[in-house]
Amino acid sequence: MVPAHAGAETERSYRIGFLLSVVLTVLAFAVVLLGEVPRSLIVPCIVAAAAAQMLVHLSYFLHLSAAPEQRWNLLAFAFTVLIIAIVLGGSLWIMYHLHEQMMGADPMNLVSGNPHAVGHP
Amino acid sequence: MTAITLQERELVAASHEHAAAAQAAEFGFWLYIMSDCVLFATLFAGYAVLSGSYAGGPTGRDLFHLPYVFVETMLLLTSSLSCGFATLALHRGERARVRRWLLVTGVLGLGFVVMEVAEFRQLILEDNGPDKSAFLSAFFALVGTHGTHVAIGLIWMAVMLVQVRIKGLTPAVAGRLERLSVFWHFLDIIWVGVFTVVYLMGAL
Amino acid sequence: MFGQLDLSAIPYGNPIIVGALGISAVLTVAVMALITHLRKWNYLWTEWLCSVDHKRIGVMYIVLSLVMLLRGFADAIMMRLQQILAVGDSFGYLPAGHYDQIFTAHGTIMVLFMAMPFLVGLMNIVVPLQIGARDVAFPFLNSVSFWLTAVGAALVMISLGVGEFSQAGWTGYPPLSETKYSPGPGVDYWIWSLQISGVGTLLTGINFLVTIVKLRAPGMTLMKMPVFVWTTLCTCVLIIVSFPALTGTLAMLTLDRYLGMHFFTNEAGGNVMMYPNLLWIWGHPEVYILILPAFGVFSEVTATFARKKLFGYTSMVYATVAITVLSFTVWLHHFFTMGAGPDVNAVFGIATMIIAVPTGLKIFNWLFTIYRGRLQFTTPVLWTLGFMVTFTIGGMAGVLLAVPPADFQLHNGLFLVAHFHNMLISGALFGYFAGYTYWFPKVFGFKLNERLGHAAFWCWEIGFYLAFMPLYLLGFLGMPRRLEHYDNHAWHVYLVIAGCGAVVILVGIILQIVQLVVSIRQRRETRDVTGDPWNGRTLEWSVSSPPPVYNFAHTPVVTGLDAFWSMKHEGGTKPGAGAPAGLIPYEAIHMPRNTGVGVAIGAASLVFGFAMVWHIWWMAIAGCLGVFIALVARSLDDDTAYLISAAEVARTEARRSPIAYETVVTGRGLAPAIPGLANPV
Repeated sequence: MVPAHAGAETERSYRIGFLLSVVLTVLAFAVVLLGEVPRSLIVPCIVAAAAAQMLVHLSYFLHLSAAPEQRWNLLAFAFTVLIIAIVLGGSLWIMYHLHEQMMGADPMNLVSGNPHAVGHP
Repeated sequence: MTAITLQERELVAASHEHAAAAQAAEFGFWLYIMSDCVLFATLFAGYAVLSGSYAGGPTGRDLFHLPYVFVETMLLLTSSLSCGFATLALHRGERARVRRWLLVTGVLGLGFVVMEVAEFRQLILEDNGPDKSAFLSAFFALVGTHGTHVAIGLIWMAVMLVQVRIKGLTPAVAGRLERLSVFWHFLDIIWVGVFTVVYLMGAL
Repeated sequence: MFGQLDLSAIPYGNPIIVGALGISAVLTVAVMALITHLRKWNYLWTEWLCSVDHKRIGVMYIVLSLVMLLRGFADAIMMRLQQILAVGDSFGYLPAGHYDQIFTAHGTIMVLFMAMPFLVGLMNIVVPLQIGARDVAFPFLNSVSFWLTAVGAALVMISLGVGEFSQAGWTGYPPLSETKYSPGPGVDYWIWSLQISGVGTLLTGINFLVTIVKLRAPGMTLMKMPVFVWTTLCTCVLIIVSFPALTGTLAMLTLDRYLGMHFFTNEAGGNVMMYPNLLWIWGHPEVYILILPAFGVFSEVTATFARKKLFGYTSMVYATVAITVLSFTVWLHHFFTMGAGPDVNAVFGIATMIIAVPTGLKIFNWLFTIYRGRLQFTTPVLWTLGFMVTFTIGGMAGVLLAVPPADFQLHNGLFLVAHFHNMLISGALFGYFAGYTYWFPKVFGFKLNERLGHAAFWCWEIGFYLAFMPLYLLGFLGMPRRLEHYDNHAWHVYLVIAGCGAVVILVGIILQIVQLVVSIRQRRETRDVTGDPWNGRTLEWSVSSPPPVYNFAHTPVVTGLDAFWSMKHEGGTKPGAGAPAGLIPYEAIHMPRNTGVGVAIGAASLVFGFAMVWHIWWMAIAGCLGVFIALVARSLDDDTAYLISAAEVARTEARRSPIAYETVVTGRGLAPAIPGLANPV
């Protein structure tokens, strides 16, 4: 059950992955805790750090790659990500609009002259 | 071809069968992990929708202690590293080392779970339990589901510690250890999402 | 001690339920008496219940499905009768709460415990054979999957006699499904039945995806797989990626009900509208899970009985994959009227229209397969032709519903009910019936009676039109769904016609039961001695009927599409690489051992589910522990396979008909002297 690649290389993989993850984690916490970053940039920063760290984990810990023996795993992962994007994105879009249309001061837009009338962007 | 005996052919076939079976099990487990990602995505969606529904009660900023969460994160992340070392020892067939690193992983993971349970307990005692608002429901459900997965991983680890001790690193045991490590790394990936979306964004 | 459970949970006072329980008890006792009389308990346990053989598990799934079809259909007849009686001053025989349980049980059973097990059963029987494999990738998990599904069905059946079932519809929308408005055990029965069987289904999805990706015979590339295998592959993708959404949504509802949380409540910030959104993210792919295997069956049946290769194989594959991806982009059409606004509704409306296109493409491909073929009007073909005409009507109704303004008029009315029954009955169910008839001889070694099959089909087809076309009209006339009473006398005549249709379908079901009995009695006359009763094209027809436990003595080496056809007629696909014809040595074969652990996990899950419904916490923990112990015990078991010696394989193969044996070994065609099997290709 010994894989083809040498032990030393894979040990490097875990160490580098760990280090990168620590850096990205500290970065994300620092952005929020230290208050140095302008407010509007905080969320994009921490989301980018999270995405990067997830990729680090996938690559350095889980060894996901385009190598032939990983191809089906990669395909399954890519498809899952696509579906999650549709489902999460779609849900947020739908729930936002449901909230706008149905939970505001005038659900169903019964009051004429309402700037949030149906069809208004 | 004719020079190979039937016995030798059966041995080769058996080892091919084992390798093929191990590959199939690894791919099957990966597919389960993909389904678990969708489960967490559903919980994240629920959290995203309900994260602002405080029902007049406390918000994330009131409740979350980021340094505490940072410690939890480091525990889990380090446990991923030790899990990696356990996997390397497995590939080298070093039974004692596998058990040692598995134990380290388990202790760090247990530390994470203990801290999380303590956090939940504190919130509930302060009357900020999951039944108080939709925000808190979503928080407890998402973070709690992740914590439950970690706890199940710890039980699995305990079982594997016993199996490695009594059976050694047989192909079956090795396969289970590989899948446990995939599970463990995946839980850390989910945690990255959790601490970012729940705690960091919640504290803003 | 027993949570919320006490003797008042048993509905002594309700004559209808007591009657239903009585009938169930009589039938159960009768079956058990028959097994005892035939002295088959040990055989049943060791050879079937403990089986990890995909062929046996497939049969058990279909048996479960047919039993649940009877229960679900009884619910349907009861509803039709109520709606004929309960107009104006008359209120029929069913009070509202009971009626609500019936339509909830009807939907839940038909979708999840009739259709799902039926399609999973067909996948189980056929897929490993069609890809030249000996079994699925994870035979033990296959057994676990079956038992978890059976437990889900059992919980629904138990709810009839202990407590009550949900009254909140098969989709369980809050706030009605929340504790405040459904305080009894009903919704909890529904939740745990779905959650437990959902785990089984997820495991099946994983099992078959890995099987198809990893266990195909050498030479069978993806684009050389039979279409039924492609549709199974895509169905499994849908299962793996959609079922977790159901799990998560039901978990949130469970947390609301059990721990007082506020995901979907009206109080404390809950969002009722979030439930339909999350639920239908599962729900829409689910209906494609139901239909894709049926499409696969139709492809196999059409090509075989038109005696012509399937037209447009590549486009069929792409259409199936397109449907798989697109099925995740339409879910909002189930709640156009919830109020997301015209922009959102338009996007999902257009997506819904787009997804009709690949299905339309498939219909054309089937038609072009038949064109210039020489179609034999066997029972499976009748089901297929009935599907093509009837399903198209339902599909057009679907495209109409896809237009949001139209849907605002028709939502939750009988037009919708007619549309989805049109899809599910003449689409999915007709496909499963075609598959059942088509593959029956492979599983049991003899054919089903053709005349009774034809008669049953016509009853279903005519009955369907009588039962559901009036419902389209009633939808236009404004009748809502799920009504146990109404005052508009204009609707009455249509409901009477619909009731007649239900009776005609009932005759069809009776004919199918008779068909089974008669076929068993006539089995010696209709025996399939060659393994290839239909002059088939795919690999399952290259083995005996029934196949040996190991399926293939030699793993075939595939050279093209329709592997068996090329084996028979072009000397293509050969059994065993590089071996001279007639001198292929048999090898010993490893097969997985039967085990009772799957049954044990099922039993522990049933205990767990029942305990959770009634809040018997110690029992729930015991159930969980039972599952855990069974899994650990299984993992410690090293003796999970056994060897079939080469000599045993040789003996088994020699017992086959010499004709089929000759075909497989030498690659030469079937003797043309067998009537009806000669062919021009």
